Amino acid sequence: MAELYDRYSSVVYAVALRVLGDTGAAEDVLQEVFLQLWRRPGAFDAARGSLGSWLAVITRNRAIDSLRKRRPETDIEDVVLSVAPDLAADAERTRAAEKVRGVMGGMAPAQRSALEMAYWEGMSHSEIANKTGEPLGTVKTRIRTGLIALRKAFQS
Amino acid sequence: MSEHERYAEDLALYALDALQGEDRARVDEHLTTCAACRLELERLRGDTALLALSATGPRPPQRARQRLLDAVAREARVPKMVKASQRRSWWGWLGWAATAAVVIFALSLWQENSALRQNLVSASFRAAQNRRELEELRRIAAPILEPETQRVTLVAAKAPPQPQGKAFYLRSRGSLVFLANNMPPLPPQKAYELWLIPASGAPIPAGVFKPDARGNASVVNPPLPAGAEAKTFAITVENEAGSPAPTTPVLMVGVGE
Repeated sequence: MAELYDRYSSVVYAVALRVLGDTGAAEDVLQEVFLQLWRRPGAFDAARGSLGSWLAVITRNRAIDSLRKRRPETDIEDVVLSVAPDLAADAERTRAAEKVRGVMGGMAPAQRSALEMAYWEGMSHSEIANKTGEPLGTVKTRIRTGLIALRKAFQS
Repeated sequence: MSEHERYAEDLALYALDALQGEDRARVDEHLTTCAACRLELERLRGDTALLALSATGPRPPQRARQRLLDAVAREARVPKMVKASQRRSWWGWLGWAATAAVVIFALSLWQENSALRQNLVSASFRAAQNRRELEELRRIAAPILEPETQRVTLVAAKAPPQPQGKAFYLRSRGSLVFLANNMPPLPPQKAYELWLIPASGAPIPAGVFKPDARGNASVVNPPLPAGAEAKTFAITVENEAGSPAPTTPVLMVGVGE
């Protein structure tokens, strides 16, 4: 467990801190995510992509649940990812993070902000539509095409 | 907007854990029958992982590591010590000795349990890479290898040159693999679009693709409506974002096999 913690804790903590903006709350999510891995090591398996990516997604979901004070919607065993980079090494992660920031920077401001509100603030598409005054369908489309733009950038 | 496109947008919200109530239940139900949408959901979750991994910041404080390791140690349940009798009899001392023996035995079990858990987590992690690659290979190869797979060869409507496409479609799983070669280069902002032509009704979009410098291209498991029956497949040239319906004449069409 100590080995896995040393390898992935910086990813998990960075994601939790980005969502919650509070070091104490981010530490709590960090603790919860690694304890879940300890209690249910079988929850992560081959079909769930790389461990680093899986932990990052689980962490983001738990941090959003904590931010919005709601019960977890998805069980960790149901979180299945297709192949995504592992990015355990700091250098790889820094390069990937720069690439993601580059793709986000290239998006239209309205699309980037819809994706960020949905991802980092856990806002629903209707909440985003209310805030921006845009139609629901437009918000939905922006979120989906934004995610696919990221995928394409890493495929090429 | 087609029903399938609506699911595609809801899937993105689902991947973000942002879909709730009836909308979520509707997608859950659809996912039980649509392999293509399950695969797309996995891809979208992979996309969200990219977003998550872009978060950078300070390392967690050292105390967080110790807190976790302490919690892990506490999780291994050491039996509570049995309260010894207050009477300082010979039998009482024997009770203490027995309790000490039980505690020592429990501690050794705890150490063994910790080591086993550690091995399980590490082994799961090490094996993941190989198993993931195998799973991916199986998933991609399944429509080609299944005996009931419908095989359709597409050739140029006007020859020469001789572009060729092969579609491997497994209707029961909604899986489609399409491989093409000798495809002519495209004008800027244009792409080829593959169409599933049903026995009746309008052509169904089955993926947009651009050939590489050698004219090769592929489409793997595009989102398709569950159970769509394919009479054949066809290709047109469309804007690179794709089109919900063909807007140009058919360039290539299935000839059966």
